[in-house]
Amino acid sequence: MNRGMKSGATTAPETLATFEANPFAPSAFERRKARRANRNKWVMFGFCAVLVIPLVAILVDIFFKAAPVLTLDYLWQNPVSKGKEGGLWAPLVGTFYLVIGSLVFVAPVGILAAIYLNEYAREGWLNRTISITVTSLAGVPSIVHGLFGLGAFVLVMLPAINGLVADARRPETKWEAGLLTASLTIAVMNLPVIITSTREALGAVPMAFREACWNLGATRWQTVRTIVLSNSFSGILTGIILTISRAAGETAPILFTGATFFKFVADSGWAKILPYSPGEPFMAMSMHLNIISNQISQMPEVMKFGSAAVLIGLILFVNSFAIVLRVWLRGRKRW
Amino acid sequence: MTSTTPKKFRILDLLEPPIEWLIRLCGWSSIIGIVAIFLFIFKEAAPMVLKLDWLHFFTSSRWIPNPAPGNPPSFGALALLVGTVTTTSIALLIAVPVGLGAAVYISEFAKGKVKETLKIVIELLAAIPSIVWGFIGLMVLGPIIKDVFTTESGSWWGKVMVTLHLASAETGASQGTNLLTGGIILALMSVPLVVSLSEDTLRAVPDSYREAALALGANSWETVRRVLFPAARNGLLAACMLGMGRAIGETMAVLLATGHNNRIPEALTDPVRTMTATIAAEMGEAVHGDEHYRVLFILGIVLFIVTCGINVASDLIVKGIKKANPA
Repeated sequence: MNRGMKSGATTAPETLATFEANPFAPSAFERRKARRANRNKWVMFGFCAVLVIPLVAILVDIFFKAAPVLTLDYLWQNPVSKGKEGGLWAPLVGTFYLVIGSLVFVAPVGILAAIYLNEYAREGWLNRTISITVTSLAGVPSIVHGLFGLGAFVLVMLPAINGLVADARRPETKWEAGLLTASLTIAVMNLPVIITSTREALGAVPMAFREACWNLGATRWQTVRTIVLSNSFSGILTGIILTISRAAGETAPILFTGATFFKFVADSGWAKILPYSPGEPFMAMSMHLNIISNQISQMPEVMKFGSAAVLIGLILFVNSFAIVLRVWLRGRKRW
Repeated sequence: MTSTTPKKFRILDLLEPPIEWLIRLCGWSSIIGIVAIFLFIFKEAAPMVLKLDWLHFFTSSRWIPNPAPGNPPSFGALALLVGTVTTTSIALLIAVPVGLGAAVYISEFAKGKVKETLKIVIELLAAIPSIVWGFIGLMVLGPIIKDVFTTESGSWWGKVMVTLHLASAETGASQGTNLLTGGIILALMSVPLVVSLSEDTLRAVPDSYREAALALGANSWETVRRVLFPAARNGLLAACMLGMGRAIGETMAVLLATGHNNRIPEALTDPVRTMTATIAAEMGEAVHGDEHYRVLFILGIVLFIVTCGINVASDLIVKGIKKANPA
């Protein structure tokens, strides 16, 4: 029933009542549609809530279960007896060097590749092919990257290196799968990430800036160096931060390319800060969590939750930098 | 004229030709990367490609990599394929509606702080590493699933679940890591990707479309359903395909959360095993250069081709939308 009719029915005949009532009042059909629109809006909000609330609950749960071990000492001590006691220093420092190593390889190549795609390449089949390979590379499963790292870096590159540096009479000088091979594998995996994000940052610099620079007689490279890069610096930095978080969390690519479950790390001195050489297996947070969560029997629950919480905390911490940087960047942008 | 130019500029400018070549070379890096990945994986797998009984590989589920006396080696990957397909399907059944719904809400309905918060949370979800998702599946979700699908033996509800293939007799004895747990975890992992890509697509639909729909008297939902979905159809499809690609290629999460049992599942809560998890679990033990080792690389090739196919196809779909609708 129509609301206008209801209110009018007490005072006047029905035909008059419809005139007295608001002529723009929605009909029953329109109100049914509006109700459906409203209901669907809440259903979709529900999807968001389904996504967000249980996850926040799970993360809070993990942190609560890990709370008894979460101290600064836990981060600073080395793991003892297969991680059943002690802290997480050795895997943490391994992850740190892995991230640095992969950045050294991927950041220059990725940023230059993005410069090529955004500033140099003309529309055409080559640009098109490169774009497709970037998306394909981003979609390659992480375990396939691991196989590639094994096939290319461990089985082909390492023997070549050993042919140059290793002393055949002293086996300890031989390089094994380790930081170098794992960093290279992670670098290949992160290449599309950094290309895409840098390209986006470069694309956000208005064309007029470049044109103004060219009009002053600058060459392409001068324009890129002085105008484009300096104006997209924060955007590029955001991409690098995202690369860091991805490098720190990945497990599958380093499974066969150098990560190990146990490596002795000194408890004090410089050897604690610089424990791994590039040709030695290393420990990493993700690998540590993988092994202790299902391969060591009688592992105390709290140690499992502890390392999961530290890894999650690390990733969220790194990512929040990227978010803050982006919010700050948007507030500052003047074009 | 030249005296006004600062000197440091001239040194870098002299380097312009070599730098441009370096830039060009780096621009080709992704092509080099993808070709190298294929070549190096193929090189390891090559001696086995011709020797492998491909029919047996795709139709048998006897996966016996380590031969024992009276138990000859057999490489039948059917159960692994089925494991990958079933977990991915469950993941997509959950991730597509939830992801599209959330994307529509964020792009069309949410405003101001709510929108910003949701976007940030989705982005943080995308950042959580796969090993952590596996851990959540193993330690948090698994026990919940196990409790939900375990009943007292002989109870009518238990019989109903067994007849509907929801649970099997072994569910109660398991760790709770099974097809359903793995599927849910994979869904949670691919949802952020689906949401962010679909949201980009919806935002790219010109506002004039929305205004035209509203001017014709459509309300918000009708605009979404009748105007935005058709206009963004290709992009949304591509988003779902990329979500599928991610679910197929995911390794550590399914290694921990699917129960790792090489057989064709009969119930929703049977443990399964995927191709990715098999590579991750067995490569460490495989002897370098033997048949097992090479077959694992063949599994890698299959994964590589499937995911590349999905990516290229989704790229072509998006390209189609750009041609038809240059605005």
